[in-house]
Amino acid sequence: MPAVSKGDGMRGLAVFISDIRNCKSKEAEIKRINKELANIRSKFKGDKALDGYSKKKYVCKLLFIFLLGHDIDFGHMEAVNLLSSNRYTEKQIGYLFISVLVNSNSELIRLINNAIKNDLASRNPTFMGLALHCIASVGSREMAEAFAGEIPKVLVAGDTMDSVKQSAALCLLRLYRTSPDLVPMGDWTSRVVHLLNDQHLGVVTAATSLITTLAQKNPEEFKTSVSLAVSRLSRIVTSASTDLQDYTYYFVPAPWLSVKLLRLLQCYPPPDPAVRGRLTECLETILNKAQEPPKSKKVQHSNAKNAVLFEAISLIIHHDSEPNLLVRACNQLGQFLQHRETNLRYLALESMCTLASSEFSHEAVKTHIETVINALKTERDVSVRQRAVDLLYAMCDRSNAPQIVAEMLSYLETADYSIREEIVLKVAILAEKYAVDYTWYVDTILNLIRIAGDYVSEEVWYRVIQIVINRDDVQGYAAKTVFEALQAPACHENLVKVGGYILGEFGNLIAGDPRSSPLIQFHLLHSKFHLCSVPTRALLLSTYIKFVNLFPEVKPTIQDVLRSDSQLRNADVELQQRAVEYLRLSTVASTDILATVLEEMPPFPERESSILAKLKKKKGPSTVTDLEDTKRDRSVDVNGGPEPAPASTSAVSTPSPSADLLGLGAAPPAPAGPPPSSGGSGLLVDVFSDSASVVAPLAPGSEDNFARFVCKNNGVLFENQLLQIGLKSEFRQNLGRMFIFYGNKTSTQFLNFTPTLICSDDLQPNLNLQTKPVDPTVEGGAQVQQVVNIECVSDFTEAPVLNIQFRYGGTFQNVSVQLPITLNKFFQPTEMASQDFFQRWKQLSNPQQEVQNIFKAKHPMDTEVTKAKIIGFGSALLEEVDPNPANFVGAGIIHTKTTQIGCLLRLEPNLQAQMYRLTLRTSKEAVSQRLCELLSAQF
Amino acid sequence: MMRFMLLFSRQGKLRLQKWYLATSDKERKKMVRELMQVVLARKPKMCSFLEWRDLKVVYKRYASLYFCCAIEGQDNELITLELIHRYVELLDKYFGSVCELDIIFNFEKAYFILDEFLMGGDVQDTSKKSVLKAIEQADLLQEDESPRSVLEEMGLA
Repeated sequence: MPAVSKGDGMRGLAVFISDIRNCKSKEAEIKRINKELANIRSKFKGDKALDGYSKKKYVCKLLFIFLLGHDIDFGHMEAVNLLSSNRYTEKQIGYLFISVLVNSNSELIRLINNAIKNDLASRNPTFMGLALHCIASVGSREMAEAFAGEIPKVLVAGDTMDSVKQSAALCLLRLYRTSPDLVPMGDWTSRVVHLLNDQHLGVVTAATSLITTLAQKNPEEFKTSVSLAVSRLSRIVTSASTDLQDYTYYFVPAPWLSVKLLRLLQCYPPPDPAVRGRLTECLETILNKAQEPPKSKKVQHSNAKNAVLFEAISLIIHHDSEPNLLVRACNQLGQFLQHRETNLRYLALESMCTLASSEFSHEAVKTHIETVINALKTERDVSVRQRAVDLLYAMCDRSNAPQIVAEMLSYLETADYSIREEIVLKVAILAEKYAVDYTWYVDTILNLIRIAGDYVSEEVWYRVIQIVINRDDVQGYAAKTVFEALQAPACHENLVKVGGYILGEFGNLIAGDPRSSPLIQFHLLHSKFHLCSVPTRALLLSTYIKFVNLFPEVKPTIQDVLRSDSQLRNADVELQQRAVEYLRLSTVASTDILATVLEEMPPFPERESSILAKLKKKKGPSTVTDLEDTKRDRSVDVNGGPEPAPASTSAVSTPSPSADLLGLGAAPPAPAGPPPSSGGSGLLVDVFSDSASVVAPLAPGSEDNFARFVCKNNGVLFENQLLQIGLKSEFRQNLGRMFIFYGNKTSTQFLNFTPTLICSDDLQPNLNLQTKPVDPTVEGGAQVQQVVNIECVSDFTEAPVLNIQFRYGGTFQNVSVQLPITLNKFFQPTEMASQDFFQRWKQLSNPQQEVQNIFKAKHPMDTEVTKAKIIGFGSALLEEVDPNPANFVGAGIIHTKTTQIGCLLRLEPNLQAQMYRLTLRTSKEAVSQRLCELLSAQF
Repeated sequence: MMRFMLLFSRQGKLRLQKWYLATSDKERKKMVRELMQVVLARKPKMCSFLEWRDLKVVYKRYASLYFCCAIEGQDNELITLELIHRYVELLDKYFGSVCELDIIFNFEKAYFILDEFLMGGDVQDTSKKSVLKAIEQADLLQEDESPRSVLEEMGLA
């Protein structure tokens, strides 16, 4: 290369650059630059017309000043003037200045466009190249409007030189990226596709980039590119390393083009069988080459070779259809996991993440778990460790969750600050998603808080509380565990929050143990109080008032605390208000009212984990969603949780420190005042004992609510934002009486309030219901009562429907719920000895008399709970009847007006399989059937 | 596609910048500052790739100069690394054992070479011969012109 050309053309520029470099200080540099700018300005404004060379020199100086980071606000016109010069170097500098400095000054663009138009028409390939470069650099809409029609013609014209074709293809690509609407599809597209067959590999490379982008938006139009790309690829991968001359890079034939062709193929599904066979051969060849000894020791050789290999693996994963290739890809990546090149380890981890979501290779990826865990521990580069965390997250499933979560937790102790929060979110999600038993989940989250409390966001600790509240099997354990964790002399504030909330709800479950008596629990929490921030203190105050309800014996102690000046006169308005209100509430309210107001939190509606939402937000939606979607199939049954409910309930479902902790939504709004109910206060306790939110009449949720009443008689049947319906009922033999309480939760009256009981035609003859109409006006905040007298004439299956219509404000409201009057309500328990039981059991051996159901446990298999449910169901629970003490046996008589039906039942739990077998024998088939249905749904 | 390419020194001086997507001056400066800080803080032997904002960054250090490219999510990191290497080879061949000073004093040449190699963020031609031939031709044009312009300047034309 001749040494002559390097800047010798512009001595003034070289001098200026030297001057700048010799400046000792920033100030000196700025001074020198300002001097130069003034000089150039005066030259540009001067009377004497500047020749091309001077213009070029000054424009170049301006460019240099701009690159130093200074703003340039003149010289554009001079640069545009240079464009129309016939001298190549002047034109070239003009174009460079515009490419670097012009964004979209529309007046200027018009002038530039003129110059470009001339150069494009010049048929001088060098000038055309400069013009095309300028369009691609600026790429504005005005330029697209001017040239998007023209460039395709240049691209496919027969006499266009190769180098111009290359520029035209990439220039068109740029315009299509900024203004796809301005690039017309047409005849030229098919000719562009055929450029894949061009002899000049540079043309093919440029064209492949263009086709790939166009094909993403117009797959139909560019379909034929698939077979052409495959045959081109095939020719490249089978060529000897010298065949492609200068397109061979360190013994790798055309690596750039190979990567681009493989990328193009990822725009399409696997091709037809004929082409597919050829493609599979290509991919196998690429995989085989990875195993061959390297042709050069240079890193460039292995990089280029592996660039093609990784792109091939991307295509294999994208097609996700050839198990054999997927497994080979996975093995290859497995080798890279232990490669000495950091870059390869990084890319292998990254690539395996996507491989983990394919069902064909998920298991194969899992076999590398130890290597990945090791990477987490030993990699010295944080970005590589980050990839390892991602991969562990991606390969996690039920089988390895405990190990992966444990490793992530232990890594968290030393993890880089920059990725701690993300790891915390990932651990929280995995722990919840793959929790086999929830004690493990609780332990994991408490560990998270212990190890990385500062990085545990609100979503994480909200979620653990939601889960503990929704799962009654874990509540006692959670209370015990947080109590123990709080014993640590220094514990994170997040732990105090979780501990405060959980003990406030479930502290009673561990209060029997003298080591965690109510007073000890209180003192433990209160010892942390003064170290905490305001929101946490507010939460603890709510815990204290909940303690007043749970443990009447600590009431005086808590009142003393609330009464102290530091609470009652706290400068913080929220704390002061809580202290005042809670103190008042604890003083004036009767035990019943306290119990009502401070009732345990109702279950939170199931919905998408807020943590997952946060991770998605953090990582960008695509990465996480894809992973979740693809993994969903495998994890359907893991938690057995229902599909996420609509987000309408979000306001209630997230406990926040300042939100209404007591869940007063269901109770009178002013905690300190007497409840505005007309039903006795003794009733309220029952009414609120089990509230659940049912939004729509006979919505799926209302079935659940209905089922809750099978084994009990009192509670909340229905609740929305306006209305609450509570029930209290009693039954004796074939008669019953039900009190229905309609509570107006608003401050506005309900008009034309009309509840109606509806029995279907089938039900009508078997069940008599009598009631009186209620007052059509229900005042705001008031409760009205309706009594229903019930007579069971004969056995029945369906349940009556309660329909309520009323006007609220200007709108008509209509609510329907099933009224839980079920056949088992007319049960009378019968005690009998073992001998009698089996005798009767044998008597009812007719096949029609027996109904049996084997089903999976939906709730934890707790003996005491089961006993309570059987008794609540109405039958007697017979102890020491069944030879197997784990089984439950019951007996009773269903009373109807016409007849009495003896019933025997037997429930056999299988703890190992988490299954039950329920057998019912009665003298009437329909009765056996219905009772079996009703009771099965309870476990 | 490549979003931008930066050349900067170990001292954090920007030597060359090429943007393939319209970006405001203010945003450019912010990104350059931020990314330089990230890359310069990394130790040798660390991996050449990192996630940065929503982009992938591929960088490599040659003597005192860092070559740093930002590419999009689906782009191939290794081939980008070799793209950098090929550019360095082109500079080296053109300047003959290129050093940072060559790029400082002949920044416009460094741009021209880059433009022959990359366009709109995609590789135009990977053949070293093709690229150098194009640059050589341009230089010949310049040589043809140079004497003339000197003559002109002296008022002899």
